[in-house]
Amino acid sequence: MTVEPMSRRNLLQGSAAAAAALPALGEARAAPADHRHARKEEGSMTPVGLTVNGREVHLHLDPRTTLLDALREHLRLTGTKKGCDHGQCGACTVIVEGRRINSCLTLAVMHEGDRITTVEGLGTPEKLHPMQRAFITHDGYQCGYCTPGQICSAVAVLDEIAAGIPSHVTDDLDKVAFSDREVRERMSGNICRCAAYSNIVAAIREVAEGEKA
Amino acid sequence: MKFDTPATANPIDRGRVIGIPHDRIDGAAKVTGTAPYAYERHDVAPDPAYGWIVGSAIAKGRIGAIDLRAAQAAPGVLGIVTHQNAGPLDKGDLNTAHLLGGPRIEHYEQAVALVIADTLENARDAAQLLRIDYVPEQGRFDLAAERANAVAPPTIIGGRTDTRTGDFDTAFAKAPVKVDQSYTTPDQSHAMMEPHATTAAWNGDKLTLWTSNQMIAWSVGEIAKTLKIPKENVRLVSPYIGGGFGAKLFVRADALLAALGSRMVGRAVKVAIARPQIPNNTTHRPATIQRVRIGADRHGVIDAIAHDVWSGDLPGGSAESAAQQTRLLYRGAHRLTTHRLATLDLPEGNAMRAPGEAVGLLALEVAMDELAEACGVDPVELRIRNDVQYDPEAGPQRPFSSRKLVECLRQGAARFGWSHRNPRPGQVRDGRWLVGMGVASAFRNNLVGKSGARIGVDGQGHVTVETDMTDIGTGSYTILGQTAAEMLGVPLEAVTVRLGDSRFPVSAGSGGQWGANSSTAGVYAAAMALRAKLAEKAGFPADKAVFEDGLVRLGNQSQPLGALAGREGLWAEDSMEFGDLAKRYAQATFGAHFCEVGVDIDTAEVRIRRMGGAFAAGRILNPKSARSQVIGAMTMGVGAALMEELAVDTRFGFFVNHDMAEYLVPVHADIPDQDVLFIEELDDKSSPMKAKGVGELGICGAGAAVANAIYNATGVRLRDYPLTIDRILAASTGKRVA
Amino acid sequence: MRPFTYSRAGSVEEAAKTAAGTPGARFIAGGTNLLDLMKLQIETPTHLIDVNHLGLDRIERTAEGGLRIGAMVRNTDLAADATVRRDYAVLSRALLAGASGQLRNKATTGGNLLQRTRCPYFYDTRMPCNKRKPGSGCGALKGMSRSLAILGTSEACIAQHPSDMAVALRLLDAGVDTVRADGSRRTIPIADFHRLPGATPHVENALGPCEFITSVTLPQPLGGTHVYRKVRDRASYAFALVSVAAVFARDGKARFAFGGIATKPWRSDAADAAAPSGAAAVAEAALNGARPTAHNGFKQQLTARTLASLYRQKEA
Repeated sequence: MTVEPMSRRNLLQGSAAAAAALPALGEARAAPADHRHARKEEGSMTPVGLTVNGREVHLHLDPRTTLLDALREHLRLTGTKKGCDHGQCGACTVIVEGRRINSCLTLAVMHEGDRITTVEGLGTPEKLHPMQRAFITHDGYQCGYCTPGQICSAVAVLDEIAAGIPSHVTDDLDKVAFSDREVRERMSGNICRCAAYSNIVAAIREVAEGEKA
Repeated sequence: MKFDTPATANPIDRGRVIGIPHDRIDGAAKVTGTAPYAYERHDVAPDPAYGWIVGSAIAKGRIGAIDLRAAQAAPGVLGIVTHQNAGPLDKGDLNTAHLLGGPRIEHYEQAVALVIADTLENARDAAQLLRIDYVPEQGRFDLAAERANAVAPPTIIGGRTDTRTGDFDTAFAKAPVKVDQSYTTPDQSHAMMEPHATTAAWNGDKLTLWTSNQMIAWSVGEIAKTLKIPKENVRLVSPYIGGGFGAKLFVRADALLAALGSRMVGRAVKVAIARPQIPNNTTHRPATIQRVRIGADRHGVIDAIAHDVWSGDLPGGSAESAAQQTRLLYRGAHRLTTHRLATLDLPEGNAMRAPGEAVGLLALEVAMDELAEACGVDPVELRIRNDVQYDPEAGPQRPFSSRKLVECLRQGAARFGWSHRNPRPGQVRDGRWLVGMGVASAFRNNLVGKSGARIGVDGQGHVTVETDMTDIGTGSYTILGQTAAEMLGVPLEAVTVRLGDSRFPVSAGSGGQWGANSSTAGVYAAAMALRAKLAEKAGFPADKAVFEDGLVRLGNQSQPLGALAGREGLWAEDSMEFGDLAKRYAQATFGAHFCEVGVDIDTAEVRIRRMGGAFAAGRILNPKSARSQVIGAMTMGVGAALMEELAVDTRFGFFVNHDMAEYLVPVHADIPDQDVLFIEELDDKSSPMKAKGVGELGICGAGAAVANAIYNATGVRLRDYPLTIDRILAASTGKRVA
Repeated sequence: MRPFTYSRAGSVEEAAKTAAGTPGARFIAGGTNLLDLMKLQIETPTHLIDVNHLGLDRIERTAEGGLRIGAMVRNTDLAADATVRRDYAVLSRALLAGASGQLRNKATTGGNLLQRTRCPYFYDTRMPCNKRKPGSGCGALKGMSRSLAILGTSEACIAQHPSDMAVALRLLDAGVDTVRADGSRRTIPIADFHRLPGATPHVENALGPCEFITSVTLPQPLGGTHVYRKVRDRASYAFALVSVAAVFARDGKARFAFGGIATKPWRSDAADAAAPSGAAAVAEAALNGARPTAHNGFKQQLTARTLASLYRQKEA
């Protein structure tokens, strides 16, 4: 495994992303080489460069490595969670090139050059993203395991509504507007078994109203 | 400290920190992804190998042969654990089936091997290369078919197998109004978001497991017993747990196999049970068949009530104690409950959130709705008429410690607008929706358990609490911090709480909704000991000293905590032990659920339109997280009512829908805003906190309120859960669903 | 997941050529279904050709007044496209009824046509399944089959086709444009694209070896009222028990396509012809030949009721 932070760039629009959000990358740089590193010589490893939370990283990966496992195991960005590993729960949601996706159902090597934002890139305990703050205020979580995925999804949902992307519950496909009902439908790919659902909706509503104001 | 007489006034009653809504003190860690869960311990086990579990392909039989050669030769494979090389293993007392199967196979997906490799990708791939020959045997997988073979188990969890009071048969036969119905509930999966996961490392003969476990001390003992090593050599660390709901009460295959794997390959090994393996590899809430008989007078006043329950489990397993609440919830001189257990070769049945009541009330509270209709009495009023302030089996000499069911029903009904309900089913229409309202009582026993903690103050007056108590999303960090802050008179910000480490004092753990009350009582005990030490240092009599604003005060004299603690700091440790108050008083939590549903007039799709409830559970320690516990449990109740079912293939003996695409739980779009009212209550016989559990109360009855609302909307009475579209349609012939 | 090598194709021709020269190669687009199945070793390609960067992400008018949708157009973008919303609203609606926001951001038009079944016996590699392992038998036929197909089934397979998008494309008589390894191109009518299982349920579509979907073409807009109604066990993020796509014309004529109940996106000329007679007649015609199992007979009634709901919705 090779991790080479090349530069610090804040590529997130309008979010609280900060270079300070990246302690885990620093750890990864200092991490000892492991068996995977040794196998690089076998020619089975594929190089890939990603921009994660504003920082470029270069990895040599087994092509089987999902974006989720690249984040969690190679970059040690464990904020992104593995709930099902099959696109059935949403815990692994990250924002790639401005769009939320399930990082478990995509290969890291397919993301050469992509900009990826994880929950660590949104904010830190010292400098929370407004959505993170709102989740705390509204108790929009319990066990915390689905929470990073919920938050990444929520941030992207507000962008999707602003961009006029309709949803299953949009009555008129040409008139997309924020409503609790829209949020519930759009957030349905993020399962919370503790079921903080109505608190999560309240948190998202608060942020949406704050953005409007 | 022993709690054996009702609590009197104590520092908790000040209510400056306790009882006030607080944001979770672990909130920032959770929302930023910096709270480390079991599979994420790069900080303490930086270069782990990866284990992948291989599950049995048959439900019952034995392994004839295992050929490891292809897997061993696969890239990156470091070792393979099977029963042949794992060394002698015992079985934990709390496990029904062995966590590592072979040669005997007890259930489908029982772990039969762990493949350890340098990477997750290599381990997962090599796991498919094991060649295992099975010799299958005929198993028993169909509860309905095995019902006739069910026997009375020697005990059931939390109660007696059978109970009889008065003469049920005679009284029921004479009753002017009778309900006699059968109900079924399916196998259900906890489906917590974090899979079972463990990182294991050995240092000599000392084992550390960073794991996801609700009950640290239990599980230390279970791991030690299973591995046949001294308890002292086992450390469990479980600071963050991504949900449990009972699934993580016990040691599971991830923990045992990570330990065995790490021993084999000589480095840290981490193992998660893959999501598609979880329903069949781990435990589930067992299916039940229930018969409820209620005999009442024409006004609905109950004279005779009986609840018979059938469930199944592996040999040596336990029964689902679904008649428990029927012993205590309503009046009636003549009472009968029975539990029968069939032997099934399905995966292990065990506790899931509110074992017993969660499914028992799905039957009882629908039966009450049926009784209300039979008598022509409003369902809220019917429940009020049948309230009883003492244990109806024991009589008035065993009163409830506190019981505010009637208040819950009345205030809940008023808040919900129950008076607008049309008692005649199938009458209310809103566009394409038939609309109905339902009510159900909530009941969950209040359990307490010995719980210890230590608490310290440093030279700056900062307080630290340590206990092996766990926070599974319940809010333990915050309420324990609140308790310490209240007891020592400091703000919550001045308290650090450390949980989930077996090096800390043994707590009651998280389960059975006993955690909050018991573990805060443990911190109360430790804090009382620390107060005594601090008071002594200050030269004040302990019972006169007042702790507030970071000071110990006596009259106009005061000293800062930090100064008294000194540079060394000052620590105290104690535990709370509970006497026989729970025997002398019936202790339980109560509530009332209200639900409004819409049922599509054509397709029978059900949507929850509104949901609310009122709950009485003693002092509510942190109304913010307690409310979240209740709405979360209500939602799980919606899942039980509408969609959750592990479908059994009775030929192969397994749960077919074993992933989250096929085992459906509610999503955002299923759940509207939920209203929760906590009825003011202090229970002085429960603990010095005067609190009771609330984490499971919310699921108890919630699903029945949904079922009753569907009846009110459509006139379709369903008694087999979940109440899916196909069942509603099948039952609706000639009914209001068009 | 079996080991595989990975390459990124720079052109359609290169993708086709690489596929032809690499036994065991598969194209990967969104990956949301393929990777799911690869993790379970239901799919075991030895080489993946990444086709996400071929410029196939455009939606454009055809000379015939229809719409050509690049194979790599994401579900989200297709649903949100202004022309699709206006002229092919049933397609927008079907897409939005499927999966989750995250999956729709990744899933592609071409890939969705190749989405494989959700039959639980297909998904558990220890179970018999003729689709996954030809000749191993069908675990579902006498097993838990509540979610499975009642139309187009065979003794070998009753797996339902899970797509929502494909149901709308079937309704709209889309064409599937492909390129073969030799560079030749053709358009496969959607009606012929998906195969009935028959005795070979592992053969799911008309694509030849290494044949690659480049786009999907829609004919001229139909006009009329577009509806997509999906009935499922929870309000969102679940596969259909029954779904119906419909376009109602002003004159009482209509056309219908069905999802969740058949082994491929389903249409019936007789059902369309019955449109003026109402929902019950349409249902009867559409369900002609239905062969339910012990568990999924309700889908007949539910199909009829979903149609009734559509008619009600149309009239409202």
